Amino acid sequence: MRAVRAAGAALGGITMLGAVVAAQTVQINGAGATFPTPIYSKWIDEYAKARPNVRINYQSVGSGAGIQQVSKQTVFFGASDMPMTKEQMQAAPGTLLHFPTVLGAVVPIYNIPNVTAELKFNGQVLADIYLGKITKWNDAALAKLNPGVTLPSTDITVVHRSDGSGTTYIWVDYLSKISPEFMKRVGVNSSVNWPAGVGGKGNEGVSGLVRQTPGSIGYVELIYALQTKISYGPVMNMAGELVKASVQSVTAAAAEGAAKMPADFRISITNAPGKGAYPIASFTWLLMYESPKDKAQAKAMVDFMKWALSDGQKYCAGLGYAPLPDAVIKLEQAALGRIKTS
Amino acid sequence: MIGTARRKLVSSLFVAFCAISVLGALVPLGFVLFFVVAQGIRSVTIDFFLQMPKPVGEPGGGMANAIVGTLMLSGLAAVMAVPIGVISGIYMSEYAGTRLAALVRFAADTLNGVPSIVIGVFAYGVAVLPFRQFSLLAGGFALGVMMIPIIARTTEELLLLVPGAMREGALALGATRARAVFSVVLPAALPGIVTGIVLALARIAGETAPLLFTSFNNRFFNTDPRQPTAALTVQIYNYAIAPYDDWHRQAWAGALVLVTIVLVCSLLARLATRRLERMHAR
Amino acid sequence: MTLRSRDLGFRAGTGVFALALLLIVCAIGFELVRQSLDSIQRFGLAFWRTELWDPVAGEFGALPFIWGTLYSSVVALMIATPIALGIAVFVSELCPAALRQPLVFLTELLAAIPSIVYGLWGIFVLVPAIRSVEVATPEALRQLPLFSGPPLGVGMLSAAVILAIMVIPFTSSVSREVLKSVPAAQREGAYALGATRFEAIRAALYYARTGIVGAVMLGFGRALGETMAVTMVIGNNPKVSMSLFAPQYTMAAVIANEFTEAADPLYLSALVEIGLVLFIITLLVNSLSRLLIWSMARSGIAAMTAEPPARVAAA
Repeated sequence: MRAVRAAGAALGGITMLGAVVAAQTVQINGAGATFPTPIYSKWIDEYAKARPNVRINYQSVGSGAGIQQVSKQTVFFGASDMPMTKEQMQAAPGTLLHFPTVLGAVVPIYNIPNVTAELKFNGQVLADIYLGKITKWNDAALAKLNPGVTLPSTDITVVHRSDGSGTTYIWVDYLSKISPEFMKRVGVNSSVNWPAGVGGKGNEGVSGLVRQTPGSIGYVELIYALQTKISYGPVMNMAGELVKASVQSVTAAAAEGAAKMPADFRISITNAPGKGAYPIASFTWLLMYESPKDKAQAKAMVDFMKWALSDGQKYCAGLGYAPLPDAVIKLEQAALGRIKTS
Repeated sequence: MIGTARRKLVSSLFVAFCAISVLGALVPLGFVLFFVVAQGIRSVTIDFFLQMPKPVGEPGGGMANAIVGTLMLSGLAAVMAVPIGVISGIYMSEYAGTRLAALVRFAADTLNGVPSIVIGVFAYGVAVLPFRQFSLLAGGFALGVMMIPIIARTTEELLLLVPGAMREGALALGATRARAVFSVVLPAALPGIVTGIVLALARIAGETAPLLFTSFNNRFFNTDPRQPTAALTVQIYNYAIAPYDDWHRQAWAGALVLVTIVLVCSLLARLATRRLERMHAR
Repeated sequence: MTLRSRDLGFRAGTGVFALALLLIVCAIGFELVRQSLDSIQRFGLAFWRTELWDPVAGEFGALPFIWGTLYSSVVALMIATPIALGIAVFVSELCPAALRQPLVFLTELLAAIPSIVYGLWGIFVLVPAIRSVEVATPEALRQLPLFSGPPLGVGMLSAAVILAIMVIPFTSSVSREVLKSVPAAQREGAYALGATRFEAIRAALYYARTGIVGAVMLGFGRALGETMAVTMVIGNNPKVSMSLFAPQYTMAAVIANEFTEAADPLYLSALVEIGLVLFIITLLVNSLSRLLIWSMARSGIAAMTAEPPARVAAA
């Protein structure tokens, strides 16, 4: 009996202490895209060294979940690779602002046993694979793009996202621009009705599945392919060049978009024109309310964003993301002033 | 005679089948435990218990926050479930013939069978949405709801096992119902009830689904009940479906810790039950 | 206060807590219905016949999930039931007394292992093994719809195997209890008439058939609601398919994967409606199972006085 009472007192004490300690630190919860998770977690780690009393808890649950949670206000900020639709923005209980944070690329990853050469892709082939029209690796269209590579007759296992994903949005946005059939049958959204394939949860799930399934193809953010050392191939861009995803090619893709950046920062840069531009690139955004209820959290987040837009950008290249163009950063610093911190 | 020989053959085959089917349980058990121990033992280091997760892709780090989170979630669940469970159990055993007792028994058995994901959906609607906050409290609530029926039924059954003579003796000496139960019957059944609570705790410590949308997850160490928190099971899940080998290692280590906790609790419960049976047999 | 009023106080006091338990169960049902009203009104009964699950177009049909749940649970039962009954028979009738306790303990240990650990083991050990089995399946079999499709490893077969392992201890332990309650007279009568072990046990099993069906249904109910282990190995593809190799989806898995991101209220409502149906199905299956087991226990007590002769197989 005494032991039970002691345990109860200890638990109560820890909980109260926890609440008291928490009162002094600012804890901010955010959730959303898995696409930028590697750079966000690096930023949060580095920022925590500079400001130890601010704790930003970012959960990588997918852009769809990020949009939903921030609309329901169960988290303070959301993150998404897909700009919110007008309907979604209207459904939210306040004005949600988009702030681009980094530029990233979505790459086609594949796992074909005994093929070590780099496979080349173009939009039409990728669209047909994901439509279920190209079913074997040694299909004529793939062979034409890859002369000299012996492709096996294995079935292609298509891997896509099972959760609502901004990475999916970037992927289908690009494929729909290339293939009208894809646009019609699948459409553009964070969660689509896939004609074929297996679903993985998050960028992590897709790369995990591709890694373990021989003969599979998937799409993930560049850093996931780099960190897990999965093969990924170059894609043909609008100018007809075969471009592999890299900091330079993504920056080239953003050049035109940066020049035409709208005031609300919602823009798509897939299938960008220009030399050396990688065709499946995108901005990724943090979503915050213009007039948030918790002013302390708002102040801390604005400070974090300012840090991310200045010091934070230097961590991008090391993780495979491209830093934002200067013009965009200037516009954002100004836009951050819209958030009411008092 | 041929008929007898055939019957004997069939019987021997049947006996052989039953013996082999035991392997059908032992082999998967052995397989699972073997892999968990083999893969996990290398990664269960002091770091694992003391360190926080490192940023995505960087090797190292541990699950300190998740382990503490699981302990706190289980503690909160117990705080909620033990009073309701034990006292409901007392009602069901003392007033066993009433309609309410029958209804509550049915409700407890039903609740026991509700899939944990459905309980998670319920807890989201009741404990997360109205407060617009994922929290330790919501997670503890979901787990507590799962614990209540286990504790209630265990308490009821154990109280019914206490010999009627003890209860009648207390009443004959002039005690009120309440006195009889709390001073005589309950203490007699207490070891068994505590065993039941320990088993229930072991069971919910291994739950993942109800935590996915209640306590959510947290990269950092959290003791504030109003904030989301990491949990061992959710962390294992996130690491398992990721592509990083280092995270897979840590997932196995987490699984080893979890299985060890469950095993130890089951063993303790077994020993306790054995001692109780011997005590009552006298 | 008088003794009587204190007793009433005790009854009321404990009764309140008991009522709380009852209210929680009602609250679950109520909350599920409340949140799924949108979807129920919009789609009606067609929800259960439609195969299309398209969050983009706002078209939701739950058929793939019901199919996946039922298919995986039924196949799991087909694998698990013989094994579980075999274990129950062995432990209660055939094994030496010294082995009994350890075997029972080990079987129950299977039930104690958390679902997430099964899932982890499933991803890294079972799926590659099943993939090798799928790859090794002869071409002739691969033509059948039951075995068609690319050998992914993840899919219905992996899910069914993992569910079977998880269900075995439940069915087995309840069957054991049921067999224990078969009056000794049944078996003794059979042996007296010259039955082999198999025939005597068969008589006991026949006698206990209601309870055993109840035990099997209990396992079924468990399989229906299993979430984590299944979602990690089933492939998460909302398509109805006959093939054991095909990636499919279950009700519990889709809720776990898509709940936190259903941004659209109709989407969320559709998911909760799936949860509601899961709740109702498991409620019915579990209640039925308990009814069967309970009626078995009752008739066991009644039959001890009747002592019908045991059935013996004709030579």
